[in-house]
Amino acid sequence: MEALKGIKVVEFAAFAAGPVVGKHLADHGATVVHVESKVRPDGFRTHYPPYKDNIHGLNRSGLFALCNNDKLDITLNLKKAPKATELAKRIVAWADVVIENFSPGTMARLGLGYEELKKVKPDLIMLSSSNLGQSGPHAHHAGFGSQLSSLAGFTHLTGYPDGPPQILYGPYIDYIAVAYGAVAILAALDYRRRTGQGNYIDTAQYETGLQYLAPILLDYKVNGTVATRNANRDPHAAPHGAYPCAGDDSWCAISVHSEKEWQALCNAMGNPPWAADAKFASHRSRKGNEDELDRKIAEWTSRFGARELMERLQAAGVKAAMVNTMKDLYSDPQLAARGQWVELEHPEIGKMHYQRPPFLLAKTPPGPARRDPLLGEHNEHFYRQLLGLSADEYDALVAEGVID
Amino acid sequence: MSSDSAGLLCGYRVLDLTDELGFLCGKILGDLGADVVKIERPGGDPARHLGPFFNNTPDPEKSLYWFGFNNNKRGITLNLQTAKGRELFVRLAAEADFVLESFTPGFLDQLDLGYRALGRLNPRLVVVSITPFGQTGPYSRFQASDIEIMALSGCMSLTGDPGRPPLRVTFPQSCGWTGSYAAVGALTAHYHREKTGAGQQVDVSAQACLLWAFSHAHTFWDLNRQLEKRAGSFMTGRSITGARMRVFWPCKDGYLNFIIYGGEAGRRTNQALVEWMDSKGMAPEFLKQKDWRAFEIAKVTQEEIDRMEEPIAAFFATLTKAEFFREVIRRDMLGYPVATVKEIVEDPQLHARGFWQKVDHPELQAAIEYPGAFAKFSAGACRIWRRAPLIGEHNEEIYCGELGLTEEEFAKLKAEGVI
Repeated sequence: MEALKGIKVVEFAAFAAGPVVGKHLADHGATVVHVESKVRPDGFRTHYPPYKDNIHGLNRSGLFALCNNDKLDITLNLKKAPKATELAKRIVAWADVVIENFSPGTMARLGLGYEELKKVKPDLIMLSSSNLGQSGPHAHHAGFGSQLSSLAGFTHLTGYPDGPPQILYGPYIDYIAVAYGAVAILAALDYRRRTGQGNYIDTAQYETGLQYLAPILLDYKVNGTVATRNANRDPHAAPHGAYPCAGDDSWCAISVHSEKEWQALCNAMGNPPWAADAKFASHRSRKGNEDELDRKIAEWTSRFGARELMERLQAAGVKAAMVNTMKDLYSDPQLAARGQWVELEHPEIGKMHYQRPPFLLAKTPPGPARRDPLLGEHNEHFYRQLLGLSADEYDALVAEGVID
Repeated sequence: MSSDSAGLLCGYRVLDLTDELGFLCGKILGDLGADVVKIERPGGDPARHLGPFFNNTPDPEKSLYWFGFNNNKRGITLNLQTAKGRELFVRLAAEADFVLESFTPGFLDQLDLGYRALGRLNPRLVVVSITPFGQTGPYSRFQASDIEIMALSGCMSLTGDPGRPPLRVTFPQSCGWTGSYAAVGALTAHYHREKTGAGQQVDVSAQACLLWAFSHAHTFWDLNRQLEKRAGSFMTGRSITGARMRVFWPCKDGYLNFIIYGGEAGRRTNQALVEWMDSKGMAPEFLKQKDWRAFEIAKVTQEEIDRMEEPIAAFFATLTKAEFFREVIRRDMLGYPVATVKEIVEDPQLHARGFWQKVDHPELQAAIEYPGAFAKFSAGACRIWRRAPLIGEHNEEIYCGELGLTEEEFAKLKAEGVI
């Protein structure tokens, strides 16, 4: 956890879009302080299951845990101006990076807009992550990623052509914005090192999501084509889908993108007579008879277990993969080999699987190393040791409910 | 903001050997001003055959897939299977800051171009290796396209109707997730390299990147041994009673995304919706009487949810997407229409922010509007600087102009099929 050691980050942020940026920095050794308040804890603590044993509690949230390992947690009631505002500025002066994902305008209303914060930290890097951006006619509109994924086109592209759109689990687009937010901060840190200049970064989760859809946005701009959902079909491959396997709700994805792969699949199936039919002789004819093709393949796949089929087809040179369930992820041999899950003990949750980054740095292996913090767990440590408040100052702020 | 200034990563050189799984990583570094050189096999990258195409004309120089993910790169061709090709690559890598690659693990090592060799040559180099499952482990040599990555990451188990096959998103998503998280890895290693002088290899797994796409669905299993599954158009996991909530509601011209939420924002939205329905005479008495302050989403039962959904569905059926969106903004409610690319392109918010960026394609006699910067920076620029390269467009510029090959050497390499 050496790669980002020394970077100091403070999060005036909740839910996923802000804090998971901080998590990626913390996983590589940055010191990240998650600011909450007892009067307004992170929403994942208060109303976003799962909670351990289905018993609600501020320190029992699995999702908060997932997003906040290796951070320090402090409380600061920003409603207690002006003392809370002053204290927030002292924290910012200590930090290199501020991450916030309040509704646009909130930080400025609290007296903590970038222009104000720059006065106490001239080379500050500040990331504001919002639904639709800090400017424009809809800027003030706050929302959740689970719905923004619809405004940004993703759910229209999911499901059957003759059926409703289908859900993408959770706040899908938030985690796209997370990647771009982390990129933006790391680029701004490099820019600051070279030029001495800080940065204000405005990411609209909406606009980051659209990056993934560039080709079909261009297709509309250029050709007027409106892309739509088509289940598991793909213009470049047939067969292409999830096929049933032996057992309850067990599936294996298979795709064939070339004649070579089709021949490999036919061989793996034992070259059944139907596969030699002219109906399936070329990519074009397979696309033309895809419903029948899918039925034939499904008849064959349902004789095998999903894992067995995946291994058999991969060995034969066919792209194939079992559909992992959420349970399977914890025993997936490939994820296990990467150490994707790090089991740590949490005082209220018990054993919890924290998530390693999806990119591993060979010379500076990432965390997680420390469980997520309890609400306000590091108040004394942070305010006294790291920020340098005197015992009297600290006690007074606690007594006044600024540190709550 | 500062589109006239240089890019944030101006001055860094990136060599991009990736296939579509890694395209976006190089593009992101290019958006930030890095000098990204896409290295294609002679004749061009196979992804140039991926549609859609400009004017619906399949042509390796007209792939909109290529345009979308390879802008902000220069392009050269190089045959790494030849000794001379490898020698040229080594010369380029000696001066580069990043190499991005997505070959099957071990392939570059066989050519003596893997991290072990390149890192000796250029200790500062950051090599980003992007594969479906990672550099090591039992699946590391498995072949996979988008749907296999979506399957093994678990995404598909959460998407689709119960009782029908698991689904992927029709437009491939794994390349977006993988490319953008690879860029985080690249810049994490970059930060460390600039501090210490030591480069390293970054091992990116697409399967692991996609774990973030469905947030915390797996933690239900981890904490409580509950298995989250695909639920079609419904949301589960918000109530500890197991109640499922409708997400997609038919309206006059498509669908709306609206969810009965709890919390402060949910209370505001539910109240505003009932007022709106009431203004049209469509709010039943029990909804008007409901105390939203006492409404706890985490404890709500299926029966309560069903009772609320019925009148709401009847109301939404009277609206168009545009009407819904207008009122959502005006009344500060949660919810959005299920937009198509057409509605996205027409969205005034994106226009007001200058999101779309016109890029010239002189060889097509066209200027095409692209989705622009992923972020606005107050210092240093992030934008589209150049369209995607034509096949071998910058061969002469880079081999002769930068590596210093003579015209004769260049012609000879061309004739030998090296470039």
